[in-house]
Amino acid sequence: MDGLGLNTLHSPLMITSAIVIRNLTHRFGHFAALQDIDLVVPKGQTFALFGPNGAGKTTLLRLIAALTRPSSGEIWVCGDNARRDPKMIRKNIGFISHHTMLYDDLTARENLAFYGCMYGLQNLDARVEEVLGAVGLTDRQRDRVRDFSRGMKQRLAIARSILHQPSILLLDEPFTGLDTAAQSMLSNLLIALKAEERTVFLVTHDFAKGLALADRFGILLRGQLIREASTKEVDESELRTQINSRL
Amino acid sequence: MPLFFIQSLAILQKDLKIEWRTRERLGAMAFFAFLVVLIFNFAFEPASPIVKTAAPGIFWIATVFAGLLGLSRSFAIEKQNDCLMGLRLTPADPGAIFLGKMLGNAIAMLILAALILPVLVVFLNVEIAPALPRLILPILFGTLGFAAVGTLFSAMSLNTRLREALLPMLTLPMLVPALLAAIESFRAVLAGHPLSKIADWLVLGGAFVALFVAACLLLFECVLED
Repeated sequence: MDGLGLNTLHSPLMITSAIVIRNLTHRFGHFAALQDIDLVVPKGQTFALFGPNGAGKTTLLRLIAALTRPSSGEIWVCGDNARRDPKMIRKNIGFISHHTMLYDDLTARENLAFYGCMYGLQNLDARVEEVLGAVGLTDRQRDRVRDFSRGMKQRLAIARSILHQPSILLLDEPFTGLDTAAQSMLSNLLIALKAEERTVFLVTHDFAKGLALADRFGILLRGQLIREASTKEVDESELRTQINSRL
Repeated sequence: MPLFFIQSLAILQKDLKIEWRTRERLGAMAFFAFLVVLIFNFAFEPASPIVKTAAPGIFWIATVFAGLLGLSRSFAIEKQNDCLMGLRLTPADPGAIFLGKMLGNAIAMLILAALILPVLVVFLNVEIAPALPRLILPILFGTLGFAAVGTLFSAMSLNTRLREALLPMLTLPMLVPALLAAIESFRAVLAGHPLSKIADWLVLGGAFVALFVAACLLLFECVLED
């Protein structure tokens, strides 16, 4: 491990990387959901992870978000170790999945104010106002989430995930069930985050979107990372063929 | 105010707001408790000597079983849209999450208790008014103890298939000391004894609350983990 320069928070790899994963294995009983994963995502880059259902993509995201402790191996997010500093990691990440994580019987504004409180944000009202504007929901801020369309709920979920200005955004199939307008809004947000040099880790089935947005990509198959490369080195059809041939 | 308490209050406020808007939990709890007292009304002759002895037990049976209904709802709102994961993704202290949820459950139980007392008076003809000020402590300790244990097990049983069956099976055995203290002190107060005569039961009830709240504050992180 020392040879990798991971023994100190100030090692060059830690300084330049948003996510560092070393020898990561995660088991559910005897089933190995992830095996010997090694991955480095540099700061400011967008990384897309592809793979079929059951490949272990969501498990990997949950491990990076420190929601689950790995069976073996280590994960560092912005230099914080997932086993030792899960709280620090949660301060630095935003998470978007196809579940909105919003309370249906609270208004859009109340949902964001609640989460802002849980993050311990200062100047909460101003920040809530700002993110509501960013996702185009200022006019509907006093309406209950129950009355929102799927697209509006997902826009609010995006607002929730960027409320605390995280350095890293983790996205689990974020385009699922979105209408065209919401998909385009999400794509624009990801481009804007990239311009702000924030790191994005995207898990998706959508090769075209993933390749268009990401700098690098990985293919996860049966818990193993079988390829990791720059998105410039591959096109959609080649990727599809590679995954299908290994299935 | 420390962030821990700000986060607890935010969770409490959120739960109360949702309950006020939906009225799902308290309505079901109150109706269930009313039915329990009504059934006991058929079993006992109102105002008979045995009713005075049984009234504390009837009160706590109605409160605890109706409370169990409310407990399962308490974490069900966190399961909707995977809000519990949203909470776990924040750096909030798990103890603060526990405290907020527990206080929400305790307030629901106290409102329920306030609704059951007049029903006891009407249906079982028990004279409660003169003893009311002395009943506050036994009821407070009983409901806080129930809310502490119940909140912990409600979170633990959230992702189990037999949640509805598992919650009472886990909660009720653990509650025995708190219920014993609550019923005995309630009975003594109804019999006209001063608080000094039931100090031992109150100490047991208070100690149960202190012990369980402290233990749950420490253990809740393990409960929330995958």
